[in-house]
Amino acid sequence: MSNVGREAIFPTRQSLAVMKSKLKGAETGHSLLKRKSEALTKRFREITRKLKQAKLKMGQVLQVAAFAFAEVNFQMGGDIAYQIQESAKNSRVQLKTRLENVSGVFLPAFDLGTVEGKDDFALTGLGRGGQKVKQTRETYTRATEVLVELASLQTAFVLLDEVIKTVNRRVNAIEHVIIPRTENTIKYINSELDELDREEFYRLKKVANKKAQDIAAEDAVRRERKLVEGELNDEQDTGPADMLKTDDDDDVIF
Amino acid sequence: MTTNTDLFKDRKFLAIIGDENTVSGMLLAGIGQVDVINERTEKNFFIVDAKVDNPMIEAAFDNFTVERKDIGILLINQHVAERIRYKLDDFKSPFPTVLEIPSKDKPYDPEKDTILKRVKLLTGDE
Repeated sequence: MSNVGREAIFPTRQSLAVMKSKLKGAETGHSLLKRKSEALTKRFREITRKLKQAKLKMGQVLQVAAFAFAEVNFQMGGDIAYQIQESAKNSRVQLKTRLENVSGVFLPAFDLGTVEGKDDFALTGLGRGGQKVKQTRETYTRATEVLVELASLQTAFVLLDEVIKTVNRRVNAIEHVIIPRTENTIKYINSELDELDREEFYRLKKVANKKAQDIAAEDAVRRERKLVEGELNDEQDTGPADMLKTDDDDDVIF
Repeated sequence: MTTNTDLFKDRKFLAIIGDENTVSGMLLAGIGQVDVINERTEKNFFIVDAKVDNPMIEAAFDNFTVERKDIGILLINQHVAERIRYKLDDFKSPFPTVLEIPSKDKPYDPEKDTILKRVKLLTGDE
């Protein structure tokens, strides 16, 4: 994980704090997203299984429906298809969409709604085969219900597939890029701060040393001077010192 | 993200592309919707018979999937879908939902279904 680099940032204590909170956020986010991905995947598996069953069921249902239509065709003598196509004007069944929320992902689901009072085929099969037409309509209505259910599953499948991919991409990005990079940055800041600390410590030590040396040298000088002055005083000890005598004071050197 | 209510709010019709029998059957169930827009009749069904060639099917498919925004589910006969398979494979948008359905004389073959192919790819079983 050395190729993820680190963020371009100044190694200061403040940015260290920022990075630490960022790392914490990334870890929290990672675990949350991971859980989301797991929940979605579970749902996805369920839907996939249902979808497979529904597709096979749909095959059977439509087979039955096609057979019913063949019967009606036979009974009405041929041209029913044309008649139906011409009388179709307004749809009797319409879709209603609603949203289902799966761990923050909105999945649409279709419902079949019937618009009452519209019947394009009231006159179809009036002459003969009306009963059969009615049955066929019922068969096909049921088939439509199955198809709509299937369509809901399929839409959920397509959407979930996409969402899971996105979520997984994010999980991986956090796990393999953001977290290592933040860790790297923290390590870098720490090492830089330690380096600064060491430098500072060394500098202080140097200063202390120098001061000690200077003081020692000064002491030596002073002691010597005292010694010399003591000798002088011994020679010229003539009464009390004259206060007005202008004798230059020694410079005060520390 | 991918889920926007506007995407499917107005999608309330089913459309169908298929042979005469399948389309007629679904029309009997009451999915047919004929609108007159600009003196042109817009049907939500398209019948594929011997006279229809592939570009016409493609045009109908595009019309139902891309141009019209009021279609929630597009039903298509599997043998018709076979003829424009690449279009179905390319069609990735969740709306409208494209469903492959069997026709009277051609039983349903799950092996060919675009979605079931993906299901198989993901689950990895039979």
